[in-house]
Amino acid sequence: MFHWLEQRPFFFAVMLFLTVAFAGFIEIVPDFTKASQPVVGKKPFTVLQLAGKQVYIKDSCNACHSQLIRPFKSETDRYGMYSLSGEYAYDRPFVWGSKRTGPDLHRVGNYRSTDWHENHMMDPQSVVPGSLMPKYPHQFTNLADIATAYANASTQKAVFGVPYDKEGMPKLGTWKEAQAEALADAKKVAADMKNQKVRDEVNAGKVPEIVALIAYLNSLK
Amino acid sequence: MQSNAQLEYDYSVVKLFTFTTILFGIIGMLVGVIIAFQLAFPELSNLAGEYGTFGRLRPLHTNGVAFGFTLSGIFATWYYVGQRVLKMSLKESKFLMTVAKLHFWLYFITILLAVVTLISGFTTSKEYAELEWPLDILVVIWWVLWGVSMFGMIGMRRERAIYVSVWYYMSSFLAIAMLYILNNMEIPTMFFAGDAPSSAMHSISMWAGTNDALVQWWYGHNAVAFVFTTPIIGMIYYFLPKESGQPVFSYKLSVLAFWGLMFVYLWAGGHHLIYSTVPDWMQTMGSAMSVVLILPSWGSAINMLLTMKGEWGQLQTSPVIKFMILASTFYMLSTIEGPIQAIKSVNAIAHFTDWIPGHVHDGTLGWVGFMIMASLFHMAPRMFKRELYSKKLMDNQFWLQTTGIVLYFTTMWIAGITQGMMWRAYDEYGSLLYSFIDTVEVLHPYYTLRGIGGLFYLIGFFMFAYNMYKTATSGRVLDREPANASPMAS
Repeated sequence: MFHWLEQRPFFFAVMLFLTVAFAGFIEIVPDFTKASQPVVGKKPFTVLQLAGKQVYIKDSCNACHSQLIRPFKSETDRYGMYSLSGEYAYDRPFVWGSKRTGPDLHRVGNYRSTDWHENHMMDPQSVVPGSLMPKYPHQFTNLADIATAYANASTQKAVFGVPYDKEGMPKLGTWKEAQAEALADAKKVAADMKNQKVRDEVNAGKVPEIVALIAYLNSLK
Repeated sequence: MQSNAQLEYDYSVVKLFTFTTILFGIIGMLVGVIIAFQLAFPELSNLAGEYGTFGRLRPLHTNGVAFGFTLSGIFATWYYVGQRVLKMSLKESKFLMTVAKLHFWLYFITILLAVVTLISGFTTSKEYAELEWPLDILVVIWWVLWGVSMFGMIGMRRERAIYVSVWYYMSSFLAIAMLYILNNMEIPTMFFAGDAPSSAMHSISMWAGTNDALVQWWYGHNAVAFVFTTPIIGMIYYFLPKESGQPVFSYKLSVLAFWGLMFVYLWAGGHHLIYSTVPDWMQTMGSAMSVVLILPSWGSAINMLLTMKGEWGQLQTSPVIKFMILASTFYMLSTIEGPIQAIKSVNAIAHFTDWIPGHVHDGTLGWVGFMIMASLFHMAPRMFKRELYSKKLMDNQFWLQTTGIVLYFTTMWIAGITQGMMWRAYDEYGSLLYSFIDTVEVLHPYYTLRGIGGLFYLIGFFMFAYNMYKTATSGRVLDREPANASPMAS
């Protein structure tokens, strides 16, 4: 049979494809409907939080930090309750990471505060001596991309039926409304920050990356 | 069918891809050495503002070596091996020649754009699939062009049965096409922005959360399979018998190892998600199939080692053979190490630690890197019609790089297991013994040594590049093509 196949590249390629694709078909297809259900009470990210997640991805925080707490006592003691599938229902893309050069962040909002992050992102070694983390002063001057975060949220709503604007869920509305909402959220974060330049920017209607990032990190609970 | 007259093969595209193999190899490995030292000396992370941080550079390193260096090597060898084992020349078809050239230029432009966009922070965040959607479209176009040229060349063949190497290249083409497209299913968000001035370079994944992770590691693990494994096996099936003048040890073993690998490899993706939130049966399946994977992996490797039966003396005379045999040995090492890490209880310690990059690098530096360089060494006298420039330089490169690899993986084994054990250590009162930062500071000496190991490998790569350059420009001209052992000046 193999001799026969080797002389017929077309059938060879078909056999090859079926052999390779078989595992993916069995593994991936059946699970798709079940795993994406949100846990009760899970809310989608607000526009400001999404802008912060974009910063998280832009600077590849996920290259060194995981967001997946495994069901071991040593991990639940360190990071909190182990992760559940339904908690990730609105995570597009997922940012579990594959390497913990730094600690897990899946529930960092439970035990770190706005001012901790502010100091830490500006100069990690000032908060955690011996840390390997780079400094991120550019996040204090670059502006967060609220418009793209809005596009992100409305894509989720339009294409994937993520329940924005539903009762008890984050509001999205029009671009204008969303912008105002994001700014109001940013003001709440900036109120806990000490960097005067950042506070001035927010008061002037602009949102530096650091504010969005902290809003996102605080939402990880 | 044609007469027995010698076919004149066309090496123009082979040469172009050889050039990018070296160019992207230098860029990718240089960035790798930089980020290795950033972990030992974090001040190095802040030398170039936001563009020099570990987070920005790491995707540049992985994409640079996987899709720059390795893919270039795969394409270079494909256009070389393909013409020869199919007994056809690209010169015979204007169409295929155009497709091959277009394949190269689109590929080259894509990788250059990848460098620019990744360093600017345009990334989807999914490992080895970081490129944003406009680049993904480019990738799909030149991947299809590669397929057109592959099946076009097969269609023109004069050899009825297709050789083992072609099976492996073909598997790479088909599997990556499927995996890449499914994992990069993403929606550009600009189409739903309304009147918001949103970025055109942003998309979100079609899958969410756990499903996204599942698709990602089904892809991620098998990008390893079909970029770092199958085409490289294709190379060794051609270049080792050619260079040594020995027939492949066993046809049956080739068949068994090939179809076995094709069937088993994709199942193993689940081992990246052990103790995560994907269903338990899938984790167990990933774990079990990873262990099964030893059989077809070692099948190929042993087939290659036995090909050298009775001819081991060639290891002393030819550095090219030495590179290939050590590559095969590293392949055996990393395909036994991977299954060990995939066992659930081992994975509990190994996952998230430096043992994983350690494992990746004994495979990529030892197996992929050595095999690609050995293949190019074999091709050089044939495509430039010149003798290899320096055997001595090859020998020195071999030992320097081997030392580098050993430094790399041994230090990462120790670092990974140390950190994995420290994370889970409790004191007598039942509290965690170490804070996270304790488990970071302890790694400093290993990170430093790892950086040095990487630097050795990089220096060796420069020696390779220099040797290739000198071969192409000033090697002694050969009057006819060597049959087996590549001629080299001492």
